[in-house]
Amino acid sequence: MTSPVLLAAPGWAPALGQPFFQHALVAGTGIAAAAGLVGYFLVLRAQVFTGDALSHVAFTGALAAFALGASLRIGLYGGCIAFALLLGVLGKRGRADDVVIGSVFSWILGLGAFFLTLYTTSRSAGNGNAGVGVLFGSIFGLSSGQALTAALVGAGICAAVLAVARPLLFASVDEAVAAARGVPVRVLGFVFLALVGACAAEATQAVGSLLILGLLAAPAGAAQRMTVRPFLALALSAGLAVAEMWAGLAMSYAVPKTPPSFGILAVATAVYGATFLRKPRGRRAAAAANAA
Amino acid sequence: MSALLQLADGAAWSWNPAEDLRQMWAFPFMVNAFRAGTIVAVTAGVMGWFMVLRRQSFAGHTLAVVGFPGASGAVLVGVGATYGYFAFCVAAALVIAAVPRGGRSGGVQESALTGTVQAFLLACGFLFTALYKGLLGGTTSLLFGSFLGITTRQVWVLLAVAAAVLAALAVIGRPLLFASVDPDVAAARGVPVRSLSTAFLVLLGAAAAGTSQITGTLLVFALLVMPAATAQALTARPGPGLLLSAAVAVAVTWLGLTVAYFTPYPIGFWVTTFAFGCNVLARAGAFAAGRLRAGTPAPLPAAGGAA
Repeated sequence: MTSPVLLAAPGWAPALGQPFFQHALVAGTGIAAAAGLVGYFLVLRAQVFTGDALSHVAFTGALAAFALGASLRIGLYGGCIAFALLLGVLGKRGRADDVVIGSVFSWILGLGAFFLTLYTTSRSAGNGNAGVGVLFGSIFGLSSGQALTAALVGAGICAAVLAVARPLLFASVDEAVAAARGVPVRVLGFVFLALVGACAAEATQAVGSLLILGLLAAPAGAAQRMTVRPFLALALSAGLAVAEMWAGLAMSYAVPKTPPSFGILAVATAVYGATFLRKPRGRRAAAAANAA
Repeated sequence: MSALLQLADGAAWSWNPAEDLRQMWAFPFMVNAFRAGTIVAVTAGVMGWFMVLRRQSFAGHTLAVVGFPGASGAVLVGVGATYGYFAFCVAAALVIAAVPRGGRSGGVQESALTGTVQAFLLACGFLFTALYKGLLGGTTSLLFGSFLGITTRQVWVLLAVAAAVLAALAVIGRPLLFASVDPDVAAARGVPVRSLSTAFLVLLGAAAAGTSQITGTLLVFALLVMPAATAQALTARPGPGLLLSAAVAVAVTWLGLTVAYFTPYPIGFWVTTFAFGCNVLARAGAFAAGRLRAGTPAPLPAAGGAA
């Protein structure tokens, strides 16, 4: 769909030679792989709303760190992981109720608006757009150190998800049977929530706190529409996320007017939308359900 | 520091409520803000009660949030932001309603689709603001709300939309309640569950679009979910629950407007904080009442169970 634009763009060698593009590519790959893996379980466990809530908490965490003069990283990770664990405590078996999540996170978002005002009024000019930067991300503005950290954290999250993937899959698909077979369902729920929190904090730098949800939901939703085999879908979800990240970055490089966050999400949404065009699996499943 | 900012603001609270209110309402924009706030609070309280009952918080949040690309897109092409809010919110409601529900996999797909719609439309909003450079200063107020500059015409538009939404809800209210509480039995009794669900989402979108213009798109959800959750923690009966939900919404909006007028902090912060306070108090009260009646379970609907 973007191919005419991409072909018309200047050669790709100079793009890859640009430091900012290299940094975005390195950080984006790690972040997208982590989001793809975490997102698969998030969709499977029907906890996408938790991801939505966490993305808003990331905003408040970042703004609180700005307003109080602390490090951005502490605010992001502290806020997201603490809130993720709080959701686990509030809910039964490590899964919180939608209404509880909604009430808590909309208040935390209000708190974010408070910190934003505190930050923009207490310090002098030049940071009026800090809130917008946190909300919508600035992946092209990463330094090499930040990009490397982002990639390493992303790799760490991936490794952690893969380490718990088998029991987590069992616990997600059939919680009662998994618990009966001695799988620590509750602990797994907490570990998973902490991983989602870390992933949301990490992805805030790339696509911004408001748009993390797309990176978590779209590749995972597409992968689940394409195959029913869990590990294949898990790999597909991560692969799609990384490919969408690359395509989005390329698109926003080719068309400088579009911000990278938009490019990434536009590609992700297009891929997800394309899975609705072919619906053999849905029809077959429906037929099977009718026959049963 | 806040005292200093209050002085700079010129509007200090004098501990003489009658005098303070008179001073505040001397400004036409504050009167309009109270009118508009009351209208959207009643609508949000009533619609939110059904949203919480139907456990559609995620869809409600998405409808609330997509007002942002609507408003920024409308500003970009040069039409009134009000049209943008309504067009995007209602369109998103139709997209979400178009996904077939039913069965576990249906629910899973619905949440993935809802999340994708939300994130993509927010990204569109960001694109629109990036294309329209002049809006950057206004982005924050689109997202977090502003009660300044509400015109009398806007109040009339809001009133008309609220009246239409509430009238439509009154018409479908009874079957919708039935379909929400027990969709299977309702479907078996011939209630058109599917079209009721679509109609409800469209109404919710219209209510969210109206509310967005006061609280900002990110905080609409607070006004939808928190008064309703408060009401459902206190009573499971539909009539009193709806009234209570609307009353709580109106009370926190009035309180929020007043406090926001006298302090430098944004209205969104105050409204969410007061609503959250009500919610916590109601849950604590319901929990205590349950404890007093030792042995018998607290009179909570499913919504309060996780507190």
